Amino acid sequence: MATIAVFLNIDEERIVPALQEAGGNLDGSPGEAVLDFSSVRRIDSSGLRALEEFARIADEKAVKVVLRGVNVDVYKVLKLVKLTQRFSFLN
Amino acid sequence: MITSEAVKERVQIPLATETLTAERTAYLEGLVSQAKIAAAVFTQFTQEDVDRIVKPMVLAGLEQAQHLARLAVEETRLGVMEDKVIKNMVASEFVYNYIKDKRTVGVIREIPERNLLEIAEPIGVLFSLTPITNPTSTVLFKCIMAIKTRNAVIFSPHPKAWRCCSEAVKIMYETAVKHGAPEGVFTCLESPTLPDNAYLMRHKDVGLIDATGGPGMVKAAYSSGKPALGVGPGNTPVYLEKTADLNTAVVDIIISKTFDNGTICASEQTVVIDDEIYDQVLKKFADLGAHICNEKETRLLERTVIDPQTGFMQPMAVGQKATDIARFVGLSVKPHTKLLIAPIQGVGREHPLSVEKLFPVLAVYRAKSVAEALRVCLDVNHAGGLGHTAVIFSRNDEVIRKFGQLINTGRIIVNSPGSIGALGAVYNDLVPTFSFGCGTGGGNSTTDNVNIYHYLNIKRLARRTQNHMWFRVPNQIYFNMNAVENLRQFTSRCTIVVTNAPLEQMGHVDIVRRHICPKTHVHVQVIPDAEPEVKVITQGVEALNFYKADQIIALGGGSVIDAAKIMKLQYESPEADLEYLAAPFLDLRKRVVEYPTEKTNRARLIAIPTTSGTGSEVTPFAVLIDKARGRKVTLADYSLTPDVAIVDPQFVMSMPKGLTADTGIDCLTHALEAGVSNYASPYTDSNAMQAIRLVFKYLPIAYEHPRDEEARCMMHNAACIAAMAFSNASVGVNHALAHAFGARFGVAHGRANALMLPHVIAYNASVPTKFMPSPYTQGYVAHKKYATVADLLGLGGHNTEEKVKNLIAATEQLLDQLAFPRSIAELGISKEEFERAIPELVKIAFDDPSWRSNPRMPLMSELVELFWQAYEGRGAAKKTAATQQQTV
Repeated sequence: MATIAVFLNIDEERIVPALQEAGGNLDGSPGEAVLDFSSVRRIDSSGLRALEEFARIADEKAVKVVLRGVNVDVYKVLKLVKLTQRFSFLN
Repeated sequence: MITSEAVKERVQIPLATETLTAERTAYLEGLVSQAKIAAAVFTQFTQEDVDRIVKPMVLAGLEQAQHLARLAVEETRLGVMEDKVIKNMVASEFVYNYIKDKRTVGVIREIPERNLLEIAEPIGVLFSLTPITNPTSTVLFKCIMAIKTRNAVIFSPHPKAWRCCSEAVKIMYETAVKHGAPEGVFTCLESPTLPDNAYLMRHKDVGLIDATGGPGMVKAAYSSGKPALGVGPGNTPVYLEKTADLNTAVVDIIISKTFDNGTICASEQTVVIDDEIYDQVLKKFADLGAHICNEKETRLLERTVIDPQTGFMQPMAVGQKATDIARFVGLSVKPHTKLLIAPIQGVGREHPLSVEKLFPVLAVYRAKSVAEALRVCLDVNHAGGLGHTAVIFSRNDEVIRKFGQLINTGRIIVNSPGSIGALGAVYNDLVPTFSFGCGTGGGNSTTDNVNIYHYLNIKRLARRTQNHMWFRVPNQIYFNMNAVENLRQFTSRCTIVVTNAPLEQMGHVDIVRRHICPKTHVHVQVIPDAEPEVKVITQGVEALNFYKADQIIALGGGSVIDAAKIMKLQYESPEADLEYLAAPFLDLRKRVVEYPTEKTNRARLIAIPTTSGTGSEVTPFAVLIDKARGRKVTLADYSLTPDVAIVDPQFVMSMPKGLTADTGIDCLTHALEAGVSNYASPYTDSNAMQAIRLVFKYLPIAYEHPRDEEARCMMHNAACIAAMAFSNASVGVNHALAHAFGARFGVAHGRANALMLPHVIAYNASVPTKFMPSPYTQGYVAHKKYATVADLLGLGGHNTEEKVKNLIAATEQLLDQLAFPRSIAELGISKEEFERAIPELVKIAFDDPSWRSNPRMPLMSELVELFWQAYEGRGAAKKTAATQQQTV
């Protein structure tokens, strides 16, 4: 079982600062970053950009990012902007 | 909108993108990425979210209408400021009025009677080109439509209208985002260039190109490989017909042609006027401020405003006032002249003013007749105006309709101004738009006024629908011994009894005669004891006509009853073409040919069967031999079903053993095939099951003890009941095989069925290689229905496989009891001969409509295999045991 390097509950109202902060905390320790999207009903453009940036940082630090509890509407958005291949998904 | 300048610019759109710098490419990529994200985010919005954004955008458009109109006129130097205000307001208010209650998110329409839902899916990123002639109104219109449909748009305005367009985009964008639209939903290309357009038209993330402009740009859009809405050029012909309200017509034309100085591409270009009213119309134009050019002025005008090289209008004239054009041309006109009217004598390059003129110059043509007027309008239509707009002023509905049929334009405006009429919602109920689809004539994919539905992918959610089914049989069936006595109740002036010689010799006809209503004139039509030929039918119809018969009694086996059905058809409907009526069909309900419903004569058909097998007394089928063409003609229609069936066993008591066995197995095959048919229903099942039960119980008795009244009676009933089942559920592959084999080797139908039956049960009970599409059945149930038959017969078995195996064994046992040959080989047909016949047998069997209701779709190779199983005989039950391993 992979080590969890970061576990973060994402609050819909604070997606951008939460992801920025989490990105800053990725220190290259081995393991996964698990972002819990269970409470996110909708994502906006800035949230998407922040998520993309987080994925970029995680890539650089070889950290695998797992999104948990993503609802299908948000999943469709990620699909449309071709971000799904950057993450693993966990229900 | 077409200007020669626009044409020159747009046709030069490069197909490659080499001229773009890396920096410019990155800029364009950034725009697309931003729009893509916005479009993705937009998919989460509800209808209410969207509508909350649209309304303030519309209000902003209305508030800024004058500001944007002023900017447009200042920048483009085209048109009339006041009219551009109106355009901006129409683009906002009228469009909103049309879309405000329309659903564009999620389920947008429910069609319960068709079990359909229509669901909207946004397109995503639109690349939109906007014209110089209607710059800001087009932007407002497209922004409002895009938000209503949850799309993002990258705008590329005409370079000479960029400032006003980018201002319109900015106003719309800021309002939309303020009310919740995703960031980046609209962008406007900075300093757009042709390479930019070419790059974006081909971008993988652009879902749709919406090109409002000249033909070059539209062609480039359609050539890009992307879905595109391209709106082409116009050349609006107007027919001013003599019955028109001339005052209204003249004012409407002036309104339209001077609106925004004629920049709307739907505006009138050439008015064709009936000779009788020509002078009167021109005087009215002059009275209302138009200048009628004399011949010399017309020459001057055409030389100046039309480019002699290209034949297109000169850019300098587009959107200019009539007085400015007159001054430039050197015409002396009154101050405030609204319109320059130039008489022309024809259409084409030699008549330069017959082309599109997006300025207040109007050509007029004097027509000597309606035919000439329509011809000239067609000429104008085909001189650059295909698909766009046409106008007619008339009170003669016949002429209006004729005009509509002849002229190829997406909009045909009647008794109203062309330009504002085509925009929709002001003078008529057309959908309001600022983009006119011009159909294939204009190189476009639609003739519609482009609207919100063109900005959506409409998905159709189709729920499974069961077609209506039926159970149709004669409404009177009399059965049991001496049922023939019921004939007495059917009054008739003249009755024709159709029968064959052996039955007459046996005294059956006399029995029937005794029970026919007294005082009825009776004529007996004896026909050969074989499937009826055309000649036999013709003779029968002649007799019916000669006697003016009102009743037909068919006394005989399937052939006699079939003959009587066809005689009745041709007697009642002499024009019925049997060859035509026998055309193939897949589904009776959707059959192409229609049987005649109008009747010249009427006759009641009473069928009295003398065999217990075909059930023709209750079926809608009839077979005819066409010797001239060497083929069988199968007719199928419920109008062929006899009106009355009398199932009286006294007529079958003397049936020979062989015929008893053959017809009895035919009956069993009908019932078994109807039972597992894809068209089976609870109504047919009850009949099929009962018939099977009766056959297994009584056929051996009727065979061994021909005088057993109960057995004969029950087998006679079984045949009729099975026929009621297959009349409504049809038969299956067993019949297709038997028809082909029986015809080729001259084997009786029942006997041919018997040779196939055990193998077909095993075949249908195993996992199909190919399932037969059927909306009527749920899952594959043939094996279960065979098991139900086994239960009904008390055959035992612990599971479906065992029960099917027992049914096959019981069927084989029955065939043995009836002394049937159990293989084709037993008939003396050599293996070599059969092998040679196989390809043709398979071809005929596959063409046979019988298998279309079979639960398993037979592959050609499977038909071959079934024929060989029948050739070798026996072993079906054993094979079943093996194949049941894979039963569903």
